[in-house]
Amino acid sequence: MKASLTLGKVSKFMGLGFFITLKDLFTGKLEKEDLKSFLRKVVVPLASIILFIGLWHLGAKSLYNTEAEFKIAKALQDQGQAAADALKVCIASGDSSCQPNTLPSPAQVWESFQSLLRDHNIISADKAAFAEKTAALNEKRIAAGQDPIVYTGRPSFVDQIFRSLQTVFAGFFLAFLIAVPLGIFIGLSPTLKSAFNWFIQIFKPVSPVVWYLLVFMIVKTVLIGSSNDSSFTISFISVGLCSMWATLVNTAMGVSSVDKDYINVAKVLKLGTFQKIFKVVLPSSLPLIFTGLKITLSVAWMVLIAIELLAQSPGLGLFVWEEFQNGANDSNAKIIVAMFVIGIIGFLLDRLMLTIQNWVSFDKQDAI
Amino acid sequence: MAYLELNNIYKTYGQGDNETEVLSNINLKIEEGEFVAIVGFTGSGKTTLVNLINGLIQPTSGEVLFKGQPVLGTSHERGVIFQNYSLLPWLTVGQNVFMAVKEAFPKKSKSELNALVASYVEMVSLTPAINKRPKELSGGMRQRVAVARALAMKPEMIIMDEPLGALDALTRGNLQDEILNIWGQDKRTALLITNDVDEGIYMADRIIPLRPGPKATLGPEFKIDIDRPRDKTEMNDNENFKQTRNAIIEYLMDIGNERKSEAREAYVLPDLAPKDFVNQFR
Repeated sequence: MKASLTLGKVSKFMGLGFFITLKDLFTGKLEKEDLKSFLRKVVVPLASIILFIGLWHLGAKSLYNTEAEFKIAKALQDQGQAAADALKVCIASGDSSCQPNTLPSPAQVWESFQSLLRDHNIISADKAAFAEKTAALNEKRIAAGQDPIVYTGRPSFVDQIFRSLQTVFAGFFLAFLIAVPLGIFIGLSPTLKSAFNWFIQIFKPVSPVVWYLLVFMIVKTVLIGSSNDSSFTISFISVGLCSMWATLVNTAMGVSSVDKDYINVAKVLKLGTFQKIFKVVLPSSLPLIFTGLKITLSVAWMVLIAIELLAQSPGLGLFVWEEFQNGANDSNAKIIVAMFVIGIIGFLLDRLMLTIQNWVSFDKQDAI
Repeated sequence: MAYLELNNIYKTYGQGDNETEVLSNINLKIEEGEFVAIVGFTGSGKTTLVNLINGLIQPTSGEVLFKGQPVLGTSHERGVIFQNYSLLPWLTVGQNVFMAVKEAFPKKSKSELNALVASYVEMVSLTPAINKRPKELSGGMRQRVAVARALAMKPEMIIMDEPLGALDALTRGNLQDEILNIWGQDKRTALLITNDVDEGIYMADRIIPLRPGPKATLGPEFKIDIDRPRDKTEMNDNENFKQTRNAIIEYLMDIGNERKSEAREAYVLPDLAPKDFVNQFR
């Protein structure tokens, strides 16, 4: 009983309330009036997922046929009847060498997802073997003051995900460290506000690509002569600068619009400046600051893909770009896998922020 | 010399053509240990008057003297109970009170402060709710927290800005008694701003009506000569009470009518009659 209560609380806290309904269904506790909410919260989303996959399947099939017919017609026109017949047989046999290149079907995407996981297992095993093999040698090298030998093989899909997460969190923390203190100062001082206003208004709408180029110009010169790969540095700084505006604006607004009643309380209690900021102004603007941080994290994740692609920094963005360039038979399916992974991670990051927000903020809110 | 003195207070907001005079020529003297009530219509400048006395705002001209010294800012000597509780929603009941006592008595140790908080929370009988946040409390409970917070700082004067305005009649009655009890214990000076004449008569030694703004000013004072402790049901039969109550209400009604007649403007209404749709479509 106690464990289940905690599960209910935790899932509600994270804005995943439908877990409770699902659990009630299995434990047979579902009342009749709960059935409606069960239908709405569980059955309807499931049905819409199935419908989505069905439409996707049909669409992909139709695109596949169009592409195949076009290919055969072209072969007939260019190379004659024999070639066209051969191509027809080849396509029907499912041979990878002659498949039409178009939107992959759900089944193909699922297959690619599994192949990416298999690939990850192979590479992990490879890495482990490499580490084992070089362990003794590396110890010697470290003892002798040399750099250890590291695995330089191809990163797996899962490795790319973790690299992307590293970049996005590095960028997010950079944005947090710049935007929150700056936002507080701007919110507290009308002078600073008018000093920074033009700056915020002009730089806020700048595209991630331009931010990347700007950061590239600066970092390239700052790190001149360094042999390290600067692509990670460049990409996380670009992500941070690109995504910090929502937090900056929200923090400044939250701090400058604290309820007058609270300010009066602070005055009547004669709180000092620091006390006033930390005990009254900040707690009351926390909900807005967190709204800003939530937007920042989702923007960071969104622009990350584009910036990784430009910066050639390892991660999902680069993965997508390389697969596109690769043009292999299952590349399209892999791109769609990456799309779903990006979407799902984005969703989880949003939930993570909501959980933290509910934790620290007095103003509890349900997921939207 | 009076304990609190307001001399020729004027307060205006805005400048130039937009200037509006909210308070005009306010003179008030409150003696130590006295309980004074100011009654007035909503929007008559009561809150402005309170903020002037507690030091949140400064008068445009005139002076507020507290124990002979001009009031230039807020002070722990004057505790304020705000109209809308103004509790910090992210702090629990205990923390809200603690914050106040910590500022009022910076030299006391943490355990002493905690004991003080506990005793004041107990006084407003909220000990079971000490770890709850304001959001989880009813309006009456929140107001009691605000009372505890103001009193825990041990102010020499309590200023109450419509403290019970948002409460239902029953809770109101209970809290009135609680406030009177606390006030009776060590006879602090108290100023109550209210829009309820009965509340003023029940609680105060003197009632002063505030003529509604703009240019609000204080009317003639009414002394309440009813022995304490007062009993609500008995008071209703008290001749003195009836007379005072009628006098005050009459006075306020007269002001209200005066205002209405000032605002009256004859509109020429067009001579219209509804169309006869029924016959038209027959």
